[in-house]
Amino acid sequence: MSARLSRAWAILALPLISIGLSVIVGSLVIVFSQWLVTGELQAGLALDAYGALVSGSVGSERAIVNTLINTMPLLLGGLAVGLGFKGGLFNIGVQGQFLMGALGSVIVGVQLRESPALIAIPISLVAGMIFGAAWGFIPGFLKAVSGAHEVVTTIMLNFVAIAILAAAVSGPLNVIGSQSPQTLPVGNASLPVILGRNGTIAIIYAPIMAILYGWLLFRTTRGFEIRVAGASPDAARYAGMSPRHLIIWTMSVSGMLGGMAGATDLLGATHQMTTTYGTTVGFDAIAVALLGRTNPLGIVLSALLFGAMRTGASAMQIQAGVPADLVGVLQATILFFLIIGPVIKRIFRLKDAKTGLEDSATTFTATYGGEATIR
Amino acid sequence: MDHFLYGIPIVGLVFELIGYLVHITPIIAPIVMKASVSIGFAALCGVMCERSGIVNIGIEGMMLVAAFVGWMAGVYLEPVLGSTVGPVFGVTPTLLVALVLAVLAGVLVALIHAWLSISVKADQIISGTIINIAAFGITGYLISLLSINSPEGAGQFKAWNPPQAISDLPVVGWLFDTVFAQGPITIGLIVIVVVFQIALFRTRWGLRSRAVGEHPRAAETVGINVIRLRYRNVMLGGALAGLGGAFLSMESTGTFQPGMTVGRGFIGLAAMIVGRWTPIGAFGAALLFASSVGISQSILIAPPPGQLGDILISLPPQFFDALPYLVTIIILAGVIGRSIPPAADGQPYEREAAT
Repeated sequence: MSARLSRAWAILALPLISIGLSVIVGSLVIVFSQWLVTGELQAGLALDAYGALVSGSVGSERAIVNTLINTMPLLLGGLAVGLGFKGGLFNIGVQGQFLMGALGSVIVGVQLRESPALIAIPISLVAGMIFGAAWGFIPGFLKAVSGAHEVVTTIMLNFVAIAILAAAVSGPLNVIGSQSPQTLPVGNASLPVILGRNGTIAIIYAPIMAILYGWLLFRTTRGFEIRVAGASPDAARYAGMSPRHLIIWTMSVSGMLGGMAGATDLLGATHQMTTTYGTTVGFDAIAVALLGRTNPLGIVLSALLFGAMRTGASAMQIQAGVPADLVGVLQATILFFLIIGPVIKRIFRLKDAKTGLEDSATTFTATYGGEATIR
Repeated sequence: MDHFLYGIPIVGLVFELIGYLVHITPIIAPIVMKASVSIGFAALCGVMCERSGIVNIGIEGMMLVAAFVGWMAGVYLEPVLGSTVGPVFGVTPTLLVALVLAVLAGVLVALIHAWLSISVKADQIISGTIINIAAFGITGYLISLLSINSPEGAGQFKAWNPPQAISDLPVVGWLFDTVFAQGPITIGLIVIVVVFQIALFRTRWGLRSRAVGEHPRAAETVGINVIRLRYRNVMLGGALAGLGGAFLSMESTGTFQPGMTVGRGFIGLAAMIVGRWTPIGAFGAALLFASSVGISQSILIAPPPGQLGDILISLPPQFFDALPYLVTIIILAGVIGRSIPPAADGQPYEREAAT
């Protein structure tokens, strides 16, 4: 038992210490920024803020449902980034895949708004997944055939997605006579509510995707190939796998998960689209995957944490007067302490845990320079 | 369908388009110049970092922090330093000190990136992502606290008025106007581009920086301190990003808006790639990207006559927003000309153990 306990500690220590340190940094930011603006130094404000953050995210049944609903797109996005990481690919384009997924689901959803829900919902959701997969396929294909690094191409495609979305909403999808460009609501294609006031079935299917993600990676041949290619492309090639094929496959599936996150947000929460549609899910997803160390359970837990933080942030702003943007600061500091892990481990005298992140973390930028050729 | 195709004289349209572009160039040139400044500085920051082997996708965050610090320094220093207007560019002591502080803020953020990527040897893309998230978070947080008092900034730098004789020169007068009837940061960009280009390819520092980015091991063998040079260059890059940020909140406008960089750091990255990691190329690409915005505005205001106008108007305006990114993807994929990053770009340098 104690052996298992110490193993669990070896895995969890760094994330927990990072979260703890970032809470401390966050309180310093709260107290000193207040002092800067009002000239008063009140240490209690940090406690008030965190209290409001916690009660706003898990303090009532309604808050818990809101947290769950905010968690699901983050979870799907985190899986998208995580799958890329496992395959040695940095999919920084979840933002674009999210937007394209939402666009795909609104295009189909509006068409099917009066069809029976049993038809409209799955088709709209799948449309979003296909759009997302297509948006992940492009950088995967480009990397496989020309070696164009996926980090740069996915960043570029994020902005192309923003432009396509704005053009579509203000053009063909626009409702004639609306004050500002917007689409029709998706009607019957809206995800059904199964919990509380707004808890949709995403609460069920997103965790199922996390299980499938774990099954794919650790129980199938394809998952093994992805992990080998991520850890060592040369070993993968030597074992007779095709890195090109794996890159395209991984990026497409990763994009599909990102698209599903977007479709979930659109069909479950906003139900229609404006030209400024968009969330921070794409970038938060990177934080989710890193904090969860690309492990399915880890991604579920960190998505819950960030989902709760996003949900409680508005309560914090209203009750304690601390701006909701603090959440971004907290996220960034958690990541900061995570990636200076070697330094933290030395300070806290931690043992090394056998996890996925460390072995793959050096591979993303190592392939960045020079004339990339994928054999 | 056949009939429709024959109806469009393609060659004629291309000539009409070129004619239209030549016609509007002097009119949109000053707008394009202004739009290219922060993209250009971001691209130069990218060139500076990546030439010495450090990938920097945190440029956006560095610019945002610098823009915020420049503006906030103005708010706090205005009552102390006063606002005596100087002889040129509408400078006040406050503006000058605020500009220095903005640049220092860029350097400081770059120092974090340098420490993470050079000393901790963390993944440089993750480090850049952290910087972006943190920059958006902290500036958004502080501005919503500060804006409760709706504070007054220190204003902005003014454009220089070149002598009328220069502006009135035939044919090239507009060109001088475009370059010189600008604020100090814009004119500074042009100077820095030229100096940087010469320094990178004609000086010892430039040779060493490129060596460190291409083959750090070989550079170390001939006695170059790879670690120190990378630190120095990333911090210099931070200063360039700082100028790009300062332009936004101290020259182009006199205020700070949350997220006011709106992706310019990333377009700068694109300009760096299209410009093939050279200062002049990167600046040229920044101008090209900025003109995509200028052309789309000009089409809205004064479209060309006839069929060409009909076609251009029927394009969604977002097409021009997406154009820079599409061009970059096409060039990266090697469809039109290859663009290859420095060989050691992104690889942390591990010193060989002393024996």
